[in-house]
Amino acid sequence: MTDSAPVRYIDGITQRYTRLGYAPYRWYYADDQPRLARLNKPLAKARIGALTTSGAYALGQVAYHYKDDTSVRAVPYSTPDSEMRFAHITQNYLVNAKRDPNCIAPLGALRTLEQESVIGELADDMLSCMGGIYSQRRVREELIPELHRRFAEQKVDAVLLVPM
Amino acid sequence: MSLVARSLEAAGVPTVMMASALDIVESGKPPRAAFVDYPLGHTCGKPFDAPDQLSVVRETLHLLETATSPGHIVDLNRSWSVPDWRASMMTTDSGDTREARDTTPQYQFDEDRRVAESKSDART
Repeated sequence: MTDSAPVRYIDGITQRYTRLGYAPYRWYYADDQPRLARLNKPLAKARIGALTTSGAYALGQVAYHYKDDTSVRAVPYSTPDSEMRFAHITQNYLVNAKRDPNCIAPLGALRTLEQESVIGELADDMLSCMGGIYSQRRVREELIPELHRRFAEQKVDAVLLVPM
Repeated sequence: MSLVARSLEAAGVPTVMMASALDIVESGKPPRAAFVDYPLGHTCGKPFDAPDQLSVVRETLHLLETATSPGHIVDLNRSWSVPDWRASMMTTDSGDTREARDTTPQYQFDEDRRVAESKSDART
């Protein structure tokens, strides 16, 4: 491998957990190609939703817990950076996001793209959850239905997804 | 996140996913994805670099109009400012980097708990 090859997170995390004596982590491997839904209007006319799985919340909201928390927060786009907070089971990746939340919760960039009419408009809130959920069943049965409901409620035409 | 992307798309909602962990995204096969080769936690751009954040998010959103084949991952050709950052991400000899797992809300600051508990709609 060269120094510029992408980091192999799956190998690294698998080796670390094995060394620590943990049961193997069950990575999700899709076994078929995804469906592609077409955006039925120009991006400049589209209402855009967003989800960050970084555990972002706004001051005044209940923080996430770290035992498979499948709850969702709606973070208003008007939230100032100084009132953005993070609660995620892997805190080590959030050092910079706690200084500039836009690294992983792109409120500022999306507001600018709306002002510049690159996108039609934003939903009122960015959705957020704590992505460290170690149960695919709970993701499918709890988190995903709630996200469908929230995005439908927001009447979005398309969704930006930001995993951590 | 790939599960979320595939599920929304199957329901007719177009999605585009940003990603810094290429191998995880390749395994999950989301409908549309943009690869940002930054350390995890910086997928939407470098800290305090609004032009970088804006261009990364803009280029990603454009895939909603330009991506034509499902599962395609577009490399946004970004490079992080510290040349040897990958070595620290690849290390396998550290301890468990995760926090303890229980069902208590983990506020970033103690003060956040007081503010949240004073609001009736704090969970939404």
